[in-house]
Amino acid sequence: MSTFDFLIQGLGTAMQPMILLYALIGVTLGTAVGVLPGIGPALTVALLLPVTYGLDPAGSLIMFAGIYYGGMYGGSTTSILLNTPGESASIVTALEGNRMAKAGRGGPALATAAIGSFVAGLLATLALAFLAPHIVKLALVFGPREYFALMMLAFVTVSAAFGESTLKGLTSLFIGLGLAVVGIDGLTGQARMSFGVPQLLDGIEVTTLAVAMFALGEALFVSAQTSGFQDKIEELKGSVRMTAADWRRSWPAWLRGSAIGFPIGAMPAGGADIASFLSYGAEKRMSKHPEEFGHGAIEGVAGPEAANNAAAAGTLVPLLTLGLPTTATAAIMLAGFQQFGLQPGPLLFATAPQLVWGLIASLLIANVMLLVLNLPLIRFWVMLLRIPRPWLYAGILMFATLGTIGVNPSPVELTMLLLFGFLGYGLRLYGYPIAPVVVGLILGPMAEQQLRRALAIAQGDWTTLAATPLSATLLGIAALALIVPMLLRMRGKGQILAKLAGDSD
Amino acid sequence: MTGKSGTGRRPDGAAFIIATLLAVFGSVLLWDASSIPDRGGYAGIGPAAMPKVVGWALIGLAAATVAGAFRGRLADVPRQNPLPLILIGGGLAAQIALLNVVGFALATGILFAATAAAFGKRNLLLTLPIGFALALVLYGVFDGILQLNLPGGPLETLIYGG
Repeated sequence: MSTFDFLIQGLGTAMQPMILLYALIGVTLGTAVGVLPGIGPALTVALLLPVTYGLDPAGSLIMFAGIYYGGMYGGSTTSILLNTPGESASIVTALEGNRMAKAGRGGPALATAAIGSFVAGLLATLALAFLAPHIVKLALVFGPREYFALMMLAFVTVSAAFGESTLKGLTSLFIGLGLAVVGIDGLTGQARMSFGVPQLLDGIEVTTLAVAMFALGEALFVSAQTSGFQDKIEELKGSVRMTAADWRRSWPAWLRGSAIGFPIGAMPAGGADIASFLSYGAEKRMSKHPEEFGHGAIEGVAGPEAANNAAAAGTLVPLLTLGLPTTATAAIMLAGFQQFGLQPGPLLFATAPQLVWGLIASLLIANVMLLVLNLPLIRFWVMLLRIPRPWLYAGILMFATLGTIGVNPSPVELTMLLLFGFLGYGLRLYGYPIAPVVVGLILGPMAEQQLRRALAIAQGDWTTLAATPLSATLLGIAALALIVPMLLRMRGKGQILAKLAGDSD
Repeated sequence: MTGKSGTGRRPDGAAFIIATLLAVFGSVLLWDASSIPDRGGYAGIGPAAMPKVVGWALIGLAAATVAGAFRGRLADVPRQNPLPLILIGGGLAAQIALLNVVGFALATGILFAATAAAFGKRNLLLTLPIGFALALVLYGVFDGILQLNLPGGPLETLIYGG
């Protein structure tokens, strides 16, 4: 069967009323949290993971994907009207979008962001559908050493390639890898770092770590700031309609943004935030109105917003076809798959094609829902921006502990939540990135197992790791991605990389 | 990692604390790995290899952090207000201690009020009842409908039945 047939079949699954309902819940929640300052898609998926224990796998996964897409839409609203990005991938949107809002052009800014997200989401989801079967075919020849090399590449790009310092990125990564050691070794059953505490034998839950870092760490950090920053919400004046000139200037930016965003998301090369920065740079260079940049150029909103949505769809390529998460949100979604006993990867396309293609097809539907939710109903979402911070954060922490207690109502689990929350606060305070910790925790044991399998197959011969052209190339790229940015920073050219800091989602 | 973070004048001191914590974490990994019987089998490396690598890497990163501290500041840290940290941390600690004694709703309501207080809403007569009520609704939805197993106390039994 061709991709097209699979996609039609998937649409059949996705059109079932219950699945549509899950998708609708997902995109609504996703938009809401995208709009709320301080919580991003990674946290929302982590909060909702435990809640879905009793639900069916297809529905829950479709809901998570809806949250991911919705978060990318909603974030733009916050950036444009509040100048405080709702999620890290929307930081650039704030540059031009907030200026447009200040100039009374908030409506068109929101419209170009929403329609751009739609165009990019549509193109990128179709690209995902047509690319995935090819990667699956390729992945069938992957052995443990290729997987190990891929994971090394993911480790480097997530931690060291971008951001202000290699040292901080690597430190975060190794904290995650260290936490990953806790529990029973998957190959031999040996207990490690459990100190006789039975709850530690299960290892550290990805959801507990993510909720602690993103919810508690963020709440602690925001509450402890003494320079009381005042957020000013720009009023949404007039209509959200774009003029003919707006359309003319937005179209190329949307397409360029999609073209930049999707490959970046699809390769283990960092998340949506990097894509949106690169797209902004491209728009600035190619614009016919460079003088408007910094004063509210519509291309500067259209391009990055398209790019971050395309990248979000792109991250699903390695996640679904290889089981390789390249962002914090993808890492938590992987935990979601595992919660239902599903391991994403080439095999999943063979064993559960209905689920995979239903998921991809429902992303197309979710995208349409999001356009409807975000254009006519935009004024409703703007109201969410007015929730006072005490209530907002008190509610977030209530949900954070609810999820943790729901999984495991033991004081040990909650104490871990408390400790990791303060760890997350400390990391944030000193500018250490959070995503590498989460990715290290989930990918660490996987990388270790692939390494030991590869070595066992080769009878302990380490040269096996670089023995195939593919694994050697991947390891080579990983080494370059580690060394080149270090040299750039040493020669004082680190500012660009620091700007590309992949913060959380 | 939160200690000595308040002043904002001496981030280099913070670098030493961070380095110490990293080194301690690394050493614990190494110490634990030393007691693991490491039979490599065919692979040549066993379950102790990973903690050893990560442990040494953390110690190396600690050394690099110290070296970096002599060259420049680790980060520009704005002045921090310790009170909200104590309130939120204390609220969560209270929830942990009380959860299995008074049940989900009361314990979580305390966390709610403590967090609201950390963000400036100090009126406990308002925030505590709202917290209790919200937690009670959540308990009903998630324990009753979504089949999460939340610890109930006298209040939950009274309202939702045993």
